[in-house]
Amino acid sequence: MAWTRDQMAERAAKELRDGFYVNLGIGIPTLVSNYIPAGMSVQLQSENGMLGFGPFPYEGEEDPDLINAGKQTVTEIPTTSYFSSADSFAMIRGGHIDLSILGAMQVAENGDLANWMIPGKMVKGMGGAMDLVAGVKKVVVVMEHSAKAEPKLLKRCNLPLTGAGVVDMVITDLGVFTIDKKGGGGMTLIELAPGSTLDEIRSKTEADYAVANTV
Amino acid sequence: MNKVYPDAQAALAGLLRDGMLVMAGGFGLCGIPEALILAIRESGVKNLTVVSNNAGIDGVGLGLLLDTRQIKKMISSYVGENKTFAQQYLAGELEIEFNPQGTLAERIRAGGAGIPAFFTRTGAGTLIAEGKEEREIDGARYVLERGIVADLSIVHAWMGDTEGNLVYRKTARNFNPMMATASKATVAEVEHLVQPGDLNPDHIITPGIYVKRLVHVPNAVKHIEQRTVRKRTAAPAGTGEEI
Repeated sequence: MAWTRDQMAERAAKELRDGFYVNLGIGIPTLVSNYIPAGMSVQLQSENGMLGFGPFPYEGEEDPDLINAGKQTVTEIPTTSYFSSADSFAMIRGGHIDLSILGAMQVAENGDLANWMIPGKMVKGMGGAMDLVAGVKKVVVVMEHSAKAEPKLLKRCNLPLTGAGVVDMVITDLGVFTIDKKGGGGMTLIELAPGSTLDEIRSKTEADYAVANTV
Repeated sequence: MNKVYPDAQAALAGLLRDGMLVMAGGFGLCGIPEALILAIRESGVKNLTVVSNNAGIDGVGLGLLLDTRQIKKMISSYVGENKTFAQQYLAGELEIEFNPQGTLAERIRAGGAGIPAFFTRTGAGTLIAEGKEEREIDGARYVLERGIVADLSIVHAWMGDTEGNLVYRKTARNFNPMMATASKATVAEVEHLVQPGDLNPDHIITPGIYVKRLVHVPNAVKHIEQRTVRKRTAAPAGTGEEI
């Protein structure tokens, strides 16, 4: 009984801190906004030029000039500010965003991330992912532990990289890993999802990792 | 000097030639200069290289210029769900140069600001860095990226005065302000055309010096790519239902 998509998002939300500015990717990361603890001030950044956004609009109140980076209609909140794409990525690249939560195809034990391109398939582009992982203070990946039978946590990514040595934490449906990307201390399993076992994770993980005492 | 032209075709007259480099504002379908794109389509100009974060969708925005095969090459960060784009790309009829979105934004900003190149962390150690100068600065790897200056920029603004001072609305700002600065000629379409003095000078985002020509598009049709809404019952942030 591994974590569901929502439970993975709920676990990712534990990385939020009061006062954080956060960028959420498309998919499971978007669900993290449902689990911001009451009373905690978290401003969500959307890389198309908006800081502080609210929920989807009520039916009939959609505004074509007000969208998030997934091109979905959203709403303004009292803290909202708007800015250009250059200012938005200055914010991202300049290290002003505290946390980026995004999906991945592959993560390597040294923190390398691949999530934008499969050679031989139609490539849609990297959007803002390369800038986010290069510039945001803490990068958390939320993804399924394996793709069908293929492991996604690898010794080395075999897909083209989005960033080299950029991932701090990986949350999968089976557990949580930290990566010491700066210190070169490798990957450590720090939590098991309810019902998942060390043996199951070992069998579905190519990467080398330590197991924290607390697990 | 009058910068205001009666329609989009007139505003582009004399500025278009085959093979030129054009920047087009917008993110997805938000804040795209659609009247000017349509006028480019009508002009028949071809072999364009277009700098734009996205490539529109089938039949909308830059998708209109893909349909007519007027675009030779796109410089974009994400081309998403555009079937025409995919077909032409896979048939080898269309080139694409992917830039990370922040690198694209900064290349345009730099071009407009007279900065020919800059170092960025983005893309270091990836395919994007191949063939580019890399340098270690303060212990981290950086990639040299070039500023871009286009022959023509087409942008969309919410309000503009006859001097070309522009104000954008909400997330329709996106790439428009940088693009307005980064070309030999910028043509802006504005939803509301006002007289000098009507805009609060403190609120102007693009000063008129960057805008060569203007066209009023009072009935601009705006598109929503992903219409997401929530029911009237109170729901926590981000839990809207897609329809």
